[in-house]
Amino acid sequence: MSAIENESGRGSARAVAIASAIGRFLVIAVTTYLGLLAVTFFIGRVIPIDPVLAVLGDRAPLNVVERTRREMGLDLPLVEQFYIYVKNALNGDFGTSVLTTNPVMTDIRRALPATTELATLGTLIGALFGVPLGVLAAVRRGSIIDQIVRVIGLIGYSVPIFWLGLLGLVLFYAKLQWVAFPARLDVVYEYTFTPITGFYLLDSAMQGQWDVFWDAFRHIILPASLLGYFSLAYISRMTRSFMLNELAQEYIVAARAKGLSETRIIWGHALRNAAVPMVTVIALSYAGLLEGSVLTETVFSWPGIGLYITNSLQNADMNAVLGGTIVIGSVFIGINLLSDLLYRVLDPRTKTG
Amino acid sequence: MMMEKFALRSRALLAGAAVSALLIGAAPAFAVTPADTLVEGFAIDDIISMDPGEAFELSTAEVTGNTYDLLVRLDLSDTSKVKPDLAESWTVSDDGLTYTFKLKPGLKFASGNPITAADVAYSFERAVKLDKSPAFIIDQFGISGDNVTEKAKAIDDTTFQFTVDKAYAPSFVLNCLSATVASIVDAKLVKEHVAAVTPSADYKWDNDFGNAWLKTGYAGSGAYKLREWRANEAVVMERNDNYHGEKAKLARVIYRNMKESSAQRLALEAGDIDVARNLEPNDLDAIAKNDKLTTTSAPKGTVYYISLNQKNPNLAKPEVRQAFKYLVDYDALSSTILKGIGEIHQSFLPKGDLGAIDTNPFKLDVAKAKELLAKAGLADGFSVTMDVRTGQPTTGMAESIQQTLGQAGIKLEIIPGDGKQTLTKYRARNHDIYIGNWGQDYFDPNSNAQTFASNPDNSDAGKSHTLAWRNSWDIPDLTKETEAALLEKDAGKRADMYKDLQQKILDTSPFVIIHQQLEVAGLRKNLKGFALGPSFDSNFVGPVSKE
Repeated sequence: MSAIENESGRGSARAVAIASAIGRFLVIAVTTYLGLLAVTFFIGRVIPIDPVLAVLGDRAPLNVVERTRREMGLDLPLVEQFYIYVKNALNGDFGTSVLTTNPVMTDIRRALPATTELATLGTLIGALFGVPLGVLAAVRRGSIIDQIVRVIGLIGYSVPIFWLGLLGLVLFYAKLQWVAFPARLDVVYEYTFTPITGFYLLDSAMQGQWDVFWDAFRHIILPASLLGYFSLAYISRMTRSFMLNELAQEYIVAARAKGLSETRIIWGHALRNAAVPMVTVIALSYAGLLEGSVLTETVFSWPGIGLYITNSLQNADMNAVLGGTIVIGSVFIGINLLSDLLYRVLDPRTKTG
Repeated sequence: MMMEKFALRSRALLAGAAVSALLIGAAPAFAVTPADTLVEGFAIDDIISMDPGEAFELSTAEVTGNTYDLLVRLDLSDTSKVKPDLAESWTVSDDGLTYTFKLKPGLKFASGNPITAADVAYSFERAVKLDKSPAFIIDQFGISGDNVTEKAKAIDDTTFQFTVDKAYAPSFVLNCLSATVASIVDAKLVKEHVAAVTPSADYKWDNDFGNAWLKTGYAGSGAYKLREWRANEAVVMERNDNYHGEKAKLARVIYRNMKESSAQRLALEAGDIDVARNLEPNDLDAIAKNDKLTTTSAPKGTVYYISLNQKNPNLAKPEVRQAFKYLVDYDALSSTILKGIGEIHQSFLPKGDLGAIDTNPFKLDVAKAKELLAKAGLADGFSVTMDVRTGQPTTGMAESIQQTLGQAGIKLEIIPGDGKQTLTKYRARNHDIYIGNWGQDYFDPNSNAQTFASNPDNSDAGKSHTLAWRNSWDIPDLTKETEAALLEKDAGKRADMYKDLQQKILDTSPFVIIHQQLEVAGLRKNLKGFALGPSFDSNFVGPVSKE
């Protein structure tokens, strides 16, 4: 038996394994999507709000109400409505939002970058501060530093974010005037600046419009810091427990016995191993910020996806809600998949076999 | 090119300077809005279309009022009358059926196209044929898609003729023509943007009369032109230099969507907006005390009321209906949750309407209410529910009423719900008591009279879902009186008929009308000429300037 044969045999087995993994993933994804759609759709239809009312308001005469009901297909049986919706969605038609009159996907393409920009910056802030704090708390376990980190974490976790948001606005915007008012840009720039990707920081930097960049920064920094604080609370607690787990391992004792410096043991060895589960934690917290920043977006008049879906839900604008749910669902599934992949890259054990 | 680069570099420098200013902790400069731009913080998330033939929302009314012209407009100095807008003069034929309007000479749309009677005729035609929510305001004169081109037609370039089916009170017809649905659109421009439609049973026409385009587009001639509407974000208007009246003072007006009262207040205090439009009483108070800011208010054509569903046997008793009117603590409401945002007003016609009466006969009088309840055989009280939309002022009002009803032994259970949810239930007549508000559809007493005092068919199949119908209040006599008032040519006599109707509603109806809404705004003191009008489409920003 030659080595080459052996190699190729193992290769094809691996290809099969990967193919079956992808197949399994697809089956799970499709079922998840359908389930997601069905649940959202039927909940949306059983809530005691007449969607026609949302389109026409209270003052429309009866003949207009009835005609609109037919136009919206609401006179059909529920199951048929769902079937039509799924059929259109498969053809890439997610319908039109009654609130904005745009195709749902146009709205989402506009709202998603706003949310992503905010969540990305928030997660960066959260990870940048959360990980070192968590490490510190683990190393100085039981010390005053550990207690302080715990309190910071608890506050971030338990205080309602809209309250912190308003407090932040009163302090940093109204009193100190360090940050700009709730919106994405100042009025002056709103109509002189043309975004490309929808990520204002990136767009303005690419166009060399540094004044716009600075303005966008002044608008985003407070909500992003708040989201960052929120994810910091979670990330630091998780880092602490991962680190405690690693620090109790035998290889740490071995490293210490070999006379390695404490700095190297903590940052070079323990954190590196803790980094593997940390990736999942940070990714999940990122996904959480993407879909969970509804209140922050309301307080800061941030035209993101959370605000879009909430507004739509309150107005029984079901096409918008369903479209938003699909997008958020995709993002969630995508991030999970990505963190899974990263996990494989970072953890050498998942490479073999 | 060189200049651009230089500008870029200097902007970068400025930004750098700003960063260092922040870093060394220097007090940053006070924010100001541009000198030629008015910036208003306003909850504009109700806007769903900018097409004047379709829009029926309050925020849209303000934009339409500023960006489109009408034949006649509400006279702000006496709101029971109209004054010329695009029309120079008009005559009514002796039989009361034909209205002939003569347009002012030399009128132009913002696009530069001339305004002719053909544009007026097309505007009416499209509004009627589109048949959207506000179309009934024109339809009620016996006009439909089939006859509109006959009933609303251009005689020559400057003469427009409007024919109605009955000899209505001219004040009624003219008031209706001052509604936003009768706004004049630029027919030439709109026709460039029509989309083909396949006719169906519901829609008989082969094109959309530019509706899809006008949802976000603009084809008007008002003091301002609409530059952009971005749903849930902003509305931007720019000065129209072709406007026939006094030109707008500022180059630009921006409405930014801000929902929160507290956020609006913060932005106003910091100078990032010039006007805050959705203030709650506590924020309004704080603004009134700030020496850089001031407040203004105007009564609007919206009344708040509670209504008793006559399907509930207890609430159907006449004595009980009257007892409820004595069980609201009007004084306490007016000095607390309604402070600054509402004026006690108990009759159904808002102040400013032709024939509106301003007597408020009811006061909290528990003894009197108990007496009435005893007469109805309910001396020990009873239990009843009220559907309440969450949010203020409705929740606060409901809680106050719950407490005062309790004093007379009536146990009120409050069922809180989202606005659309309580409304759905109300429209299906499944409530006991509903607390709500009603804004008039057009500036004429008939609008509110029709909903509070008429109910042509009280059966579940009834086609006219007036407020009287929603509360199952069967009133054939009042319905006839309401119809008669429409045909009274003499404005003085017509006013008297509405006074009589209001009195009867006070004496017998299941409506406990509590107050008339005051629209409020907080503004920076450097603004000159800012005023709120009597209706949502007369909040004109043209006269606003900055010091």
